[in-house]
Amino acid sequence: MAHPTVAVLERNLTVYRRVWRASVMSSFVLPVLFLLSIGLGVGGYVGEVGGVDYLAWIVPGVLAVTAFQMAVGECTYAVLGDFKWVRSYHAMRATPVAIRDMIAGWLLYILLRVEIAVVVFLGVTAAFGALRSPWALVTPLIAGLLALSVAAPVTAFAATIEHDTYFALLFRFVMIPSTLFAGVFFPVEQLPDVIKPLAYASPLWHAVELCRAATLGGAPPWPVLLHVAYLAAFAVAGLAWAGRAFRARLQD
Amino acid sequence: MFQLVSDQPLILARGLAKRFGDFTAVDGIDVSVAPGEAFGFLGPNGAGKSSTMRMISCVSLPTSGELRIFGMDPAVDGSAIRARLGVCPQLDNLDPDLSVRENLTTYARYFGLSRAEARRRADELLEFARLTEKAGSRVEPLSGGMKRRLTIARAMVNDPELVLLDEPTTGLDPQARHLLWERLFRLKQQGTTLVLTTHYMDEAEQLCDRLVVMDGGRIVAEGSPRALIETYSTAEVVELRFGQIRPADIVGKLEGIGERADPLPDRVLLYTADGDAAVAEVTRRGLQPSSVLVRRSTLEDVFLHLTGRTLVD
Ligand SMILES: Nc1ncnc2c1ncn2[C@@H]1O[C@H](COP(=O)(O)OP(=O)(O)O)[C@@H](O)[C@H]1O
Ligand SMILES: [Mg+2]
Repeated sequence: MAHPTVAVLERNLTVYRRVWRASVMSSFVLPVLFLLSIGLGVGGYVGEVGGVDYLAWIVPGVLAVTAFQMAVGECTYAVLGDFKWVRSYHAMRATPVAIRDMIAGWLLYILLRVEIAVVVFLGVTAAFGALRSPWALVTPLIAGLLALSVAAPVTAFAATIEHDTYFALLFRFVMIPSTLFAGVFFPVEQLPDVIKPLAYASPLWHAVELCRAATLGGAPPWPVLLHVAYLAAFAVAGLAWAGRAFRARLQD
Repeated sequence: MFQLVSDQPLILARGLAKRFGDFTAVDGIDVSVAPGEAFGFLGPNGAGKSSTMRMISCVSLPTSGELRIFGMDPAVDGSAIRARLGVCPQLDNLDPDLSVRENLTTYARYFGLSRAEARRRADELLEFARLTEKAGSRVEPLSGGMKRRLTIARAMVNDPELVLLDEPTTGLDPQARHLLWERLFRLKQQGTTLVLTTHYMDEAEQLCDRLVVMDGGRIVAEGSPRALIETYSTAEVVELRFGQIRPADIVGKLEGIGERADPLPDRVLLYTADGDAAVAEVTRRGLQPSSVLVRRSTLEDVFLHLTGRTLVD
């Protein structure tokens, strides 16, 4: 007998099979275009960063930011919509599917989506010769951990709000600043001291540093375990919050 | 000898109540539904029917009182109970992006059916809901009646012992309603226990062996449709309209005809065992109604008598 979590994962994949075309651009094409325009274009002026050419330097950053943006983007409207308009969570609620199955089935789906995008991206960058260490093979794991650490709290947030205007705040004040200042395009050391802590607070920065250490074959700024623990803490807290948010929404 | 087991009520509620903040939606009701019954909650909008159904479906917990489904407590065994229920909520919650068939197979998987079983069950239910032709169509463009039939078919994927239908035909055109009634009647004949809510008295009369009349969160009467009519109404009702004259002003002149007269804003209802005799008496008194209609008593009359209000306004 299939586990209810698997049934929920299957449902999400079935919906995705119907709408996947809409996401090809953002999941697969944009990251590569990004890499080409900034890595090669801007890289031509910048030259080297930290002893490697700029393209190789930003590849791990773009990889992490792809996972990050997918995790944020996929867990906003889709989750709110499944509560508010589709009411598919209400439909599941009337079956043996438990709230933990709904959340696990959803996050597994996001994880799968992110992993596919990351592996494709990794293949493309390998072809450019931008991966400098066999440790690059662990980047999908880091990206997966990042995706969970972000998808869990964003899913919880989407399950909490009543109106989608809150997403604009999330994009403006969380996603875009993180993308710009979490060490994806330039080292965090360049930032003024007052802003640095904000970069350290973002799960994205920890994943970027881990991925960069992996693809370039060096050591991240903090101990690996500390970076991983920070991401795991975000994921665990997000899961707890999501559980509460789903329960509050589905149970009166 | 073994009647004890099979006679255990599928639903047993004692003093069941649901409050939202200060507001009491369900105000201490007692209900018992036996296996094989078709049981109805009849009442106007806001009576507390959906709140009651949601508690029985184990998606909303009672504020107070006792509730047992299959002898189990929803607060403890919600998941085990839901595995044996079929729920058709008041608002459709089908997956609009999925096909008709995918809606059934996906839902079947929630109940732990294997993929092969899910496909087989979907085929059967498409046939039952007369949607085989639409199997591959997306749900979004389907008519209201088709969506409702699909929701009911979906509620049957786990071969439930108890099917809960919250306003199964509200908002449908007469033809779609009749098709749905016919499908539900078939379920009933197969021995499936049905519990439904409605604010249509004809629906309650058609489908329910027994029903409770709900108003303001309370049960105001209980019985078979026939027994309720016999207890709270008369065999026949005469509807009299008097053009410009206000019904309230004419009631006095009708005294003594039939059992009682109820003035509504646009007509007077005269409750009587013999409609024709009552009409003859009205004419003999020299009253000249602009229109006269003699009809059988319905649950609508029962509701009006019990609450002083009409069911659908
Ligand atoms: N979640 C809720 N929060 C607050 N009030 C509610 C909620 N659900 C229902 N009510 C109120 O409870 C009353 C009964 O509603 P409901 O059970 O839906 O009645 P019915 O199904 O008979 O129309 C209504 O006045 C409704 O506004
Ligand atoms: Mg209702």
